[in-house]
Amino acid sequence: MDPMVRFQDVHKSFGAVEVLKGITLDVPRGDVVVLVGRSGSGKSTALRCINGLETVNGGELHVCGEKLHDGKTDLRKLRQEVGIVFQSYNLFPHLTVEQNVTLAPRKVMKVGAKEAKELAAHVLAQVGLSEKAQSYPEQLSGGQQQRVAIARSLAMKPKLMLFDEVTSALDPELTGEVLRVIERLAQDGMTMVLVTHEMGFARGVADQIVFMHHGKVWERGGAEMLRAPQTPELQQFVATDL
Amino acid sequence: MLGLTVDQLLFLVRGAGWTLVLSLLGFVGGTILGLPVALARSSKLKALRMISSAYVQLIQGVPLPVIMFVVYFGLSIGGFEVPALVAAGLAMTAYSSAYLGEIWKGCIQAVPKTQWEAAECLALTGPQRFVHVILPQALKIAVPPTVGFLVQIVKNTSYSVVIGFFDLTYSAKVLNNSTYKPFLVFSVAAALYFVICYPLSLLAGRFERKLKRV
Repeated sequence: MDPMVRFQDVHKSFGAVEVLKGITLDVPRGDVVVLVGRSGSGKSTALRCINGLETVNGGELHVCGEKLHDGKTDLRKLRQEVGIVFQSYNLFPHLTVEQNVTLAPRKVMKVGAKEAKELAAHVLAQVGLSEKAQSYPEQLSGGQQQRVAIARSLAMKPKLMLFDEVTSALDPELTGEVLRVIERLAQDGMTMVLVTHEMGFARGVADQIVFMHHGKVWERGGAEMLRAPQTPELQQFVATDL
Repeated sequence: MLGLTVDQLLFLVRGAGWTLVLSLLGFVGGTILGLPVALARSSKLKALRMISSAYVQLIQGVPLPVIMFVVYFGLSIGGFEVPALVAAGLAMTAYSSAYLGEIWKGCIQAVPKTQWEAAECLALTGPQRFVHVILPQALKIAVPPTVGFLVQIVKNTSYSVVIGFFDLTYSAKVLNNSTYKPFLVFSVAAALYFVICYPLSLLAGRFERKLKRV
């Protein structure tokens, strides 16, 4: 079976700065791939290429069997299949939790009001926030807001979920509740690509860990890779980051 | 009363009434025209941005009484004999649409870019992103400066005196011509303007504080 995501020698530049210098990487269906690396290593950019937030300049990128960036890509269709959760939650502050979750299903998938409500109840239960349906984002803690953001993505029934440093803005005592939700998704078989600084979490949840350095895939492997780094760069990264 | 007869006072109050009518025309017209200006000013299309920017620059670069003259005499040269109220209303519309458009453009841009991005990533179309995500947030930001601008509209209707529209300033001028009590008459007119504008200022201030709290 085709992988969910296939990077083939993908290049990306912002002006004169080349951020991705030839990424080759497969994300098999049902797998959890964790991108780690220092800031500026290109891991967030790689993630954002997957749902078309950034366009690649060279190489080929296939997502859900579609080749991206050949000028014919239907970005809206892609985004119905690929959910993304951001570091800063980006909930809609003027809408209740339930309205945040149901907006896209109602407007994009044309789901009826009653069905949307049931959908919201389902995904909010998944992230453990059923009782917050009528709250506004500002009434929630950071961890709760991030879980709503996950529920909002899940409501679109994506085939693939992207997580861009989703715990980096949270107080340490709030990261656990968010990570547990992601772990449960992993157990349910959701294909996911995560960028994170939580090394312990990465080891626990990842089928594949990808260490990025200077815009390249520097080293990759299972969780054991972090215990026995092959390159001095990863060695140094592990030593300073753990 | 105040050295003026009740009839004379009522004459000024009637003028104030027309000031309110013209203000309302200016605000409603300014809103109808100002919203597209705000949209065009924050559009992705360069041509729309340039046209709307030129419009705003033009209106903001011409004094309001001159706009009044141009509209009033322009219409009559064009063969349209319109009442002064219509000409003044059109001039106020042009004036307030340029300023409101600029104010609202700022409000649209004040909504964080990440909100656009989040809406985009949920597969909403461009118009859906704007209507359901950006606009409601921009409207909330827009309330205090818009109410504040109402005060400018009310005060600036007084320029319609140049084309002979019977508003508060005009009625004061007429009354002064018959009473020869300029200080008294214009003081009463000033008080009436203040009575209209002060509550609006208070309201704007309250909205502003409320917005800061959230």
